Amino acid sequence: MFRYAVRRLIFAVPTLLVISFIIFALLDLAPSDPTAQLPLTIPEEVREMIKLSLGLGEPFHIRYVRWLEQFLVNEPLNLIETYWDVRIGDSEQRLRVRSWSTRAPVIDLIAERLPQTLMVVGVSYMVAILIAVPIGVVSAYRQYSIFDQVGTFISMVGFSVPTFFTGTVLIVIFSVMLGWLPSIYDTTHVVEDFDSFIVQVKQMIMPVMVLGLFNAAQLSRFMRSSMLDNLNQEYVRTARAKGMTEPVVVLIHVLRNSMIPVITVIALGLPATFAGAIITEQIFRINGVGQLLIGAIESADIPTVQTVTFIFAILIVMFNLVADLLYGMLDPRIRYD
Amino acid sequence: MYSPHGREFGSWFQLSGAFRLSGAAAAAESRLAGQGGPGFRWGHMRWGRADMNQDPAGRATILEVEDLRTVFDTRDGAIHAVNGISFHLREGELLGIVGESGSGKSVSMMSLLKLVPMPPARIVSGQVRFGGRDILQLPPGDIRRIRGGEIGFIFQDPMTSLNPVFTVGFQLIEPLRKHLGLSRRKARERAVELLELVGIPSADDRLADFPHQFSGGMRQRVMIAIALACDPRLLIADEPTTALDVTIQAQILELIRRLRRELGMSMIWITHDLGVVAGIADRVMVMYGGMVVEHSTVDRLYAEPRHPYTRALLDTLPGTGGMRAVRLNTISGQPPLLDAAPTSCPFAPRCAHAFERCWNENPALRPVAPDRDHLVHDVACWWDVDRGAPRNDA
Repeated sequence: MFRYAVRRLIFAVPTLLVISFIIFALLDLAPSDPTAQLPLTIPEEVREMIKLSLGLGEPFHIRYVRWLEQFLVNEPLNLIETYWDVRIGDSEQRLRVRSWSTRAPVIDLIAERLPQTLMVVGVSYMVAILIAVPIGVVSAYRQYSIFDQVGTFISMVGFSVPTFFTGTVLIVIFSVMLGWLPSIYDTTHVVEDFDSFIVQVKQMIMPVMVLGLFNAAQLSRFMRSSMLDNLNQEYVRTARAKGMTEPVVVLIHVLRNSMIPVITVIALGLPATFAGAIITEQIFRINGVGQLLIGAIESADIPTVQTVTFIFAILIVMFNLVADLLYGMLDPRIRYD
Repeated sequence: MYSPHGREFGSWFQLSGAFRLSGAAAAAESRLAGQGGPGFRWGHMRWGRADMNQDPAGRATILEVEDLRTVFDTRDGAIHAVNGISFHLREGELLGIVGESGSGKSVSMMSLLKLVPMPPARIVSGQVRFGGRDILQLPPGDIRRIRGGEIGFIFQDPMTSLNPVFTVGFQLIEPLRKHLGLSRRKARERAVELLELVGIPSADDRLADFPHQFSGGMRQRVMIAIALACDPRLLIADEPTTALDVTIQAQILELIRRLRRELGMSMIWITHDLGVVAGIADRVMVMYGGMVVEHSTVDRLYAEPRHPYTRALLDTLPGTGGMRAVRLNTISGQPPLLDAAPTSCPFAPRCAHAFERCWNENPALRPVAPDRDHLVHDVACWWDVDRGAPRNDA
């Protein structure tokens, strides 16, 4: 298993390099101008000088290699320096990946916004799993019961209605009409006592529910069909013939088998949830990574878009590996060496 | 020893038949002396035959099934899979149940312990008397104590009957801890003993292995070990050798023979392999269309089959001597649809002797052996093979 993981990690390096090149090339092909949003009174020569100062005077391959160097060498070195408080070489002169619009290092921007995203997206994903697994188990065990029918209907609705719609409907109902919950997520809010904790919970409820229900709809369908596949297996009859109680049969024998594909789906869905959070973050004004990406795209902030997208790519490749490793751990028939 | 072709057993039956007849004579005396033996425990029950539970060897009846009916409610209507079967089993006896696919063999045996999926299945009527109780009337908790504790089950396909994600040890220890209440350590010791009993080498190490690390025959041995785990009084084997190749079949049959010798357990053996039944069973029940159509001791059934279906079934076996037949014998026609409770003989459409009565009345199982022989032989047919004419009784 360990050797397999190492081998996969080594193979991930060329994959990620190719991905980074494709992202860079695509962004370069896009007709965008970082000075387009500056006032029209700025003369053309000044605009040219601004572009030169951003490094746009260099040819494509030089810019790509410079970005690679900044992202893969300079940023890790900087991380090490700040974390262990040491100095490695000439750190003042070292160039970091900087946003074109704010001139701040992109990694710092991401670090500022990551807690909000992890808080909302992470909690919503946990909520989704906690809702989806029991619903899937019960709907499969009581197939075609009222519970199953209602569950099927709700998950169809949850799956087919986009988050920007459910989010807006929730805001209209709970913020505008009832006035129970705030429509804007306040990222500066600090939890220090019970009252501020309640405020935090209240502002999290809607975004977490919007994202959570959307994911739960999908996951519960997966869970249900996986359970149904296994409930008809002969080993289930064997377990019953051994005199095992129904909870043992369903929650130990069947669930353990049914979780194998579902856990894979959960692991693969984790990085996608970061991308899915872009819309939800936008609706609830959550100052997260998704909103950073959207803002950067609007202002043609190429280094930020490039870096955030590439981090998504790394997450996807990593979670693919995690899913494969989990599969091998859960299913004894799979052996990776 | 064992051959998959039943025909070769002709001479072998005669031997064992003679052997058993002498036993019957001895037992006739004990029957006179032992009035009101264990068989009369349920004296108020209605018996199909007066001497049904008086065994030549004086063994007690441990299982008594009466008028068991199971119906499956499907979207296309009800399927009457089991249509009123009755039988009994004595201590230490091996009852073979033969019949083609869909004749209700497995469903009837799984209905005994309510192991059929309900719904869609429904056990419409019947009594299953085991250990002084009617299993079908017991609360679920009591049925679970019988499953795996007093009655062990072996299923057909060892490849799919074991849970792939748990170790063999886990699956073997589970019933030991539940039914016998053994500690973790004691259960493990017993599990090792069981694997050794069914002939799995280096049993101690193999407890930690997963089912996919065993071969088909070894997996079936594990299944047998699980079924034997709690010293059941009765073992029900549902086509345990069907999914195995012939060499492994022979090994498993030899294992079962040895276990019966050592443990003296009662068994019901479901199969569609007439050769297998001939080699191990004491009595045989032939099932067709969810009913028992013929029932006798194994030697008598093979020597003197009475029901046209049994006769046709035995005719389909290819001989192993002489010239090879150009074509194999078959039974023409299709098995019955079972979409309604039978009102006529289910075999009539395929039967060469069928006459008017067969289409109007479903024959009940009735004894045909001469009374003086004290032999069991019941047939459900309107045709009298000896006279070659319809039976003239009511």
